[in-house]
Amino acid sequence: MAKRTTFTRVLDENKYEIALSTNNLRVNYGDYEALHGVSLQFERYKITALIGASGSGKSTYLRSLNRMNDTVGSAQVSGQIMYRNLDINSAQVDVYEVRRHIGMVFQRPNPFSKSIRENITFALQRRGLHDSKKLEQIVETTLKQASLWEQVKDDLNKSALALSGGQQQRLCIARALALEPDILLMDEPTSALDPISTANIEQAMQELKQHYTIIIVTHNMQQAARVSDYTAFFHQGKLIEYDQTRRIFTRPQVQLTEDYVSGHFG
Amino acid sequence: MDPIAKSLKKRSLSAKIETRGRLLTQICTLLIVLLVLAIFGFIATKGVAVFIQDHGSLWDFFTKTTWSPDQTDLHQRPLIGALPMIVGSFAVTFLAVLLATPFALAAAIFMSEISPQRGNKILQPVIELLVGIPSVVYGFVGLAVIVPAVQKVAGGSGFGILAGTLVLFVMILPTITSMAVDALKAVPRHYREASLALGATRWQTIYKVVLRAAAPGLMTAIIFGMSRAFGEALAVQMVIGNAILMPSNLASPATTLTSVLTMNMGNTVMGTTANNALWTLALLLLLMSLIFNIVIKYLGKRSALR
Repeated sequence: MAKRTTFTRVLDENKYEIALSTNNLRVNYGDYEALHGVSLQFERYKITALIGASGSGKSTYLRSLNRMNDTVGSAQVSGQIMYRNLDINSAQVDVYEVRRHIGMVFQRPNPFSKSIRENITFALQRRGLHDSKKLEQIVETTLKQASLWEQVKDDLNKSALALSGGQQQRLCIARALALEPDILLMDEPTSALDPISTANIEQAMQELKQHYTIIIVTHNMQQAARVSDYTAFFHQGKLIEYDQTRRIFTRPQVQLTEDYVSGHFG
Repeated sequence: MDPIAKSLKKRSLSAKIETRGRLLTQICTLLIVLLVLAIFGFIATKGVAVFIQDHGSLWDFFTKTTWSPDQTDLHQRPLIGALPMIVGSFAVTFLAVLLATPFALAAAIFMSEISPQRGNKILQPVIELLVGIPSVVYGFVGLAVIVPAVQKVAGGSGFGILAGTLVLFVMILPTITSMAVDALKAVPRHYREASLALGATRWQTIYKVVLRAAAPGLMTAIIFGMSRAFGEALAVQMVIGNAILMPSNLASPATTLTSVLTMNMGNTVMGTTANNALWTLALLLLLMSLIFNIVIKYLGKRSALR
């Protein structure tokens, strides 16, 4: 539980540390190659946005990072995913441990049909944590981190499905945070939400990035511009351009990127 | 008047066809409802006759063990103790379901979670085939294989609750399995993804998330199997021994409600006490299937709310 006690950590120390990187990452579905060798580095405690049109491979790429593509029978992921000097894309690595350190939030809010509290304690209990005092503490901390605590603190036993869409998504974020991941992957986390819920989540992300490295796939270019520090532009299964967000949106180096961010296609 | 406005005021041909079609479906629906009500009314009036006309005792029906409707006791009441067959029916039903559920659940988990491809390719056709086999065939196999086997293992004639249970077990296994598969497949994929993304293992995901979410559907599958077992007549009748006695053990000859009905319905005359008593058994079977249906409906509603 080190992370929670060190909220005052000085960020500049690790300023340019790389939290995760991929080396020539390819994804095949049978004969079809959905991703053609993507190499990227993700800086620690920054938000990196992956943008691109539908079918550009950005979601496929994201889902490879915590080995969620393992659950898709036909998907084959080759290349390296380096995390703490280890290639986590190798068969010897325990995928369940990988997912504990690299959490994920999905496009549609997908809480379990359990109570709010149980949604958060689920993963911890599966890992053998049954100390109710500790669990209670984590429920409170993570809900606060996801800016949901004030709205639900009096009915933690209520079904998670009774919450609004935006609240459900923040619960899903809290649920992912309960495992104290290093990295949080977000797959279009606000595409099913209204503007106010979206703003709430974006605000929560700004606070989260002090302690987590966030990689977010988004269709919404304003969102990428608002929340991210770095942006990677994908097109037809290739990484076209990667740079600081403000440069991607003001002075892109590739014509294709400029066309996309200025809304000429996609 | 404006021609378009004029045409709007007139009922068009398609609107008339619409009305006719609606009327037709309503009539058909009404017909079905009436038919069901008529059957229910008929069986109910027949079924209570033994208590009203022949002064049978409802208490005796459920608690006494002597079934001989054409004879009367000291109080001039017919001997309609149906307890042995009620016990027989419930015994084979519950034992068969108890036996079949673990196998069915395991098969369903294999088919929907562990290996959907092989499940769909091999198990699905096998199960569909098993559902389609006529019950007389199951009974025949039971008679030729299970009864001698029970005889060897447990002694006695081999006919009895155990043989009936085993035959029913094979018969309801595919029913419960295929409904359980449907229930598991109905669990949204994102539940599994959510669980896996939190680092839960596949088994933890199946046990803690998928099975929990599918619980009402799985209960429905089990009760459906129960309902099928309870109502099965022929196959059970062929192997249970058909003795209207309280079963003393699993291998002693016994009987079920359905067996008594099929064995005796040709041997009684309409309107006699013996015939009325059989209708009472039919009414009991009808009420039981009604109860099973209500439970299934209730579970379905509960799962829809979640």
